[in-house]
Amino acid sequence: MQLSEIREQIIAGLHQARPDVPDIGGATRIVQDLELDSVAVMDFILSVEDRFDISIPLDRVADIVTVDDLAQVVERLGNAERA
Amino acid sequence: MSIFDKFDHLRQTYDSLGDRAHNPFSVSFDRIESATEGVLGGRRVILLGTNNYLGLTFDQHGIDEAVRAVQTLGTGTTGSRVANGSYAGHGALERDLAAFFGRRHCMVFSTGYQANLGMLSTIVGRGDHLILDSDSHASIYDGARLGHAEVIRFRHSDPDDLYKRLRRLKDVPGSKLIVAEGIYSMLGDVAPLREIAAVKREMGAYLMVDEAHSMGVLGEHGRGLAEAAGVEADVDFIVGTFSKSLGSVGGFCVADLDGFDILRVACRPYMFTASLPPSIIASTRSALQRLDRDKGLRTQLMANATQLHGGLRALGLEVGPHISPVVSVALDEPEVAVRFWNALVEGGVYLNLALPPATPSSRPLLRASVSAAHSPRQIQKAVDLFGEIGRELGILPAEPFVELPRIAVGAV
Ligand SMILES: Cc1ncc(COP(=O)(O)O)c(C=O)c1O
Repeated sequence: MQLSEIREQIIAGLHQARPDVPDIGGATRIVQDLELDSVAVMDFILSVEDRFDISIPLDRVADIVTVDDLAQVVERLGNAERA
Repeated sequence: MSIFDKFDHLRQTYDSLGDRAHNPFSVSFDRIESATEGVLGGRRVILLGTNNYLGLTFDQHGIDEAVRAVQTLGTGTTGSRVANGSYAGHGALERDLAAFFGRRHCMVFSTGYQANLGMLSTIVGRGDHLILDSDSHASIYDGARLGHAEVIRFRHSDPDDLYKRLRRLKDVPGSKLIVAEGIYSMLGDVAPLREIAAVKREMGAYLMVDEAHSMGVLGEHGRGLAEAAGVEADVDFIVGTFSKSLGSVGGFCVADLDGFDILRVACRPYMFTASLPPSIIASTRSALQRLDRDKGLRTQLMANATQLHGGLRALGLEVGPHISPVVSVALDEPEVAVRFWNALVEGGVYLNLALPPATPSSRPLLRASVSAAHSPRQIQKAVDLFGEIGRELGILPAEPFVELPRIAVGAV
């Protein structure tokens, strides 16, 4: 899957979690800008893992700040699994 | 600019909960009178939040043994077992625990937290995989972080999700260790261990169960959920604590795998900390004997848990899905939960408050832990007080609900 497509699907998921926030983009910071607490972030990550059929290791989760960071991790893990 | 600036947000939240006397996170007892009663801010309270499941903190035999140990062996060991040597009691307690669980090996740690820290950071390493339940205790998460294995989570108590994640790892090399808890400490829910064990067998992983809240509570002999669910043979490592049903402090891991003993010189949270003092070892051994011998304690504990769970549920409060000695009431507003907690203490009942994000499902919890030592009258008093305060705060309607059917722990 293309990076841009992954990003779009992540953004669509975040719109569901925070329907009140109008513009979410690649540079949006998931915790700070969307004010999700750690439980909400965990639920969201689990749903992303389901959606893309991957498991994101916790040390990588810790490095994710923006939507783009997450999209890149998803892309890399997705490719690694197909390889 | 201060080194503590990074805690500003936490400081705000903490301070907003009230001054010392009314802050649920800075409780200090004036006195503890018994396993079920103490004095807090000059007021006698029923202790309904101490994890003292079997009520053994004032067991006479345990006290006598601890006194004898402190008089003959001194107040502390002043060192680590590896560098400074073990006392006879350390080995004896390890043999007692191994025999109790019917396993060959046991290692005792200075706390349950350190047992998890030690085991999880050591038995899996680089290239291995840890698969944790997403609602795991902080000590499990911290142990995972301290080690070098790749850590992933499965949805809380969801064997299908666990299966999916192990399937993705199917052709990836390295050992895989699944970690679950017997009874989860926040809501008192019981893990679907039979199903988890089936996934473990099919996928060729190892399985560790933290029985911190289920040892002495579940199972015909009190060996915990692995015994109750009939899957002890599938559980490779059992971790537990002495700080709950055994009424002291310390932790352990038991296992049957060959080669286990090498951990004594590989596991840093075992090696680089002082060993438990003789008095603790003595009272813990005494409590374990009592736990093993006195099944009546478990029967009484479950009767008390059923009374509290059923009573709160009948009031119309939202309690956890299983009857277990951890009985939590979920509320919606943190501010209301703090007021509820303060009113309970003022009315003479002490229990725990848990606020999101430290709770599953982002809701505040009033968390009670029942003891075999509670009398039916103490439990009834707590239920009545919950009803009164709930109605005062407008959480409950003026008239109590009719009692609903409930799910029993025996059904797992
Ligand atoms: C599930 C679980 N594991 C481990 C621990 C740690 O036990 P200890 O109090 O002995 O450090 C606790 C208790 O806080 C717990 O709830």
